[in-house]
Amino acid sequence: MASKVFESAHTALADVARDDMMVMAGGFGLCGIPENLITALRDTGVTSLTCVSNNAGVDDFGLGLLLQTKQIRKMISSYVGENKEFARQYLEKELEVELTPQGTLAERVRAGGAGIPGFYTKTGVGTLVAEGKEHKDFDGETYILERGLRGDIAIVKAWKGDVVGNLIYRKTSRNFNSDMATAATITIAEVEELVGPGELDPNAIHTPGVFVQRIIQGSHYEKRIEQRTVRQKESA
Amino acid sequence: MPWTRDQVAARAAKELEDGFYVNLGIGIPTMVANHVPADVDITLQSENGMLGMGPFPFEGEEDPDLINAGKQTITELERTSYFGSSDSFAMIRGGHINLAILGAMEVAENGDLANWMIPGKMVKGMGGAMDLVAGVQRIVVLMDHCNKAGDSKFLPACSLPLTGKNVVDMLITDLGVFKRPDKQSPFALIELAQGVTQDEIAAKTEAKYTVSL
Repeated sequence: MASKVFESAHTALADVARDDMMVMAGGFGLCGIPENLITALRDTGVTSLTCVSNNAGVDDFGLGLLLQTKQIRKMISSYVGENKEFARQYLEKELEVELTPQGTLAERVRAGGAGIPGFYTKTGVGTLVAEGKEHKDFDGETYILERGLRGDIAIVKAWKGDVVGNLIYRKTSRNFNSDMATAATITIAEVEELVGPGELDPNAIHTPGVFVQRIIQGSHYEKRIEQRTVRQKESA
Repeated sequence: MPWTRDQVAARAAKELEDGFYVNLGIGIPTMVANHVPADVDITLQSENGMLGMGPFPFEGEEDPDLINAGKQTITELERTSYFGSSDSFAMIRGGHINLAILGAMEVAENGDLANWMIPGKMVKGMGGAMDLVAGVQRIVVLMDHCNKAGDSKFLPACSLPLTGKNVVDMLITDLGVFKRPDKQSPFALIELAQGVTQDEIAAKTEAKYTVSL
């Protein structure tokens, strides 16, 4: 098997990044985002991207970096509230946005990765989300048809990965990463710790290596926190 | 005196039953976690991918890999499990979560809920709200009874775009509690906030409801 390990995020993207492609990006808010791959994708200079990502980062971090440089043409997301540049581009109609309920988004990605072109869900029935979609009744309840999503590339972030592409995520940084990893022609994973064969417990793998075509050792993780909430220690 | 936000959250906590899996929305619903009765053991779900959500961390112990759906730093418990987004919404859409407590902009007398967008304002997105109201077994809504202009937010029909159609089971406002036994029945006023009268609620409510105090 040819090695899946690439030297850097830049080399992993160099021959696959192109204008107009669909990019599946893991992360929830700024948690578990592929920091190195987002920066490297910005540096490729490709434009007119469609990005499938639950959120759109903040002005100076996450996918916000690609909005600053106007490399994104369309976002498919469930919540995009934390980004002023996003709001500006959206209101000026420079950016197309397809708002999708979070669970529908997750299932569209899961379905796309699993070879399922569409599925019926009750989420959104009777709302703006249902407009223009096929409605069908099952057992007396109404459902709408939603389409699977599959991208040209997926960029995901894991905690640990091995050289054959097996991935383990940490805590809530798994979020959309495990679904996005299944739903692209080329999935590129960046990990905090890249290890050799046999070093990860096979029982603990979240994403089996078949879904991952390229893997890199990430570096300089910032792991920014959006809402730092704490409690006080009770004084004795 | 209408209920304070904390009193509304405390009233909502009475809806928690031992063994329940519960999803709490952002805002007042989050405060419900502070009022869980001592003899009731619940497990909180956070739709970004966690069951068994613990309290905020002590200062210096924040973990950027451990946040809730409001993107706040939190902690894990002995019972905690983590999972990806499609599994998280399989729990929600698949009816495995017993109760969701959510905020609202408007509720209609037929159970319609609007809580995600105001036309003409920047639309931020619905996040997981539409999935929660479509899939969770029981939906309790907490909101101020009236808006800042003093107009009723419990209405004959929602004026704002819907989050879900005929989805609300119980409405708790700063003035009282409205409940219905099933999705075909009208809401009944079942409790008044301390010092609030039936007449005051009648005067401040545009929706039709029955009274069953």
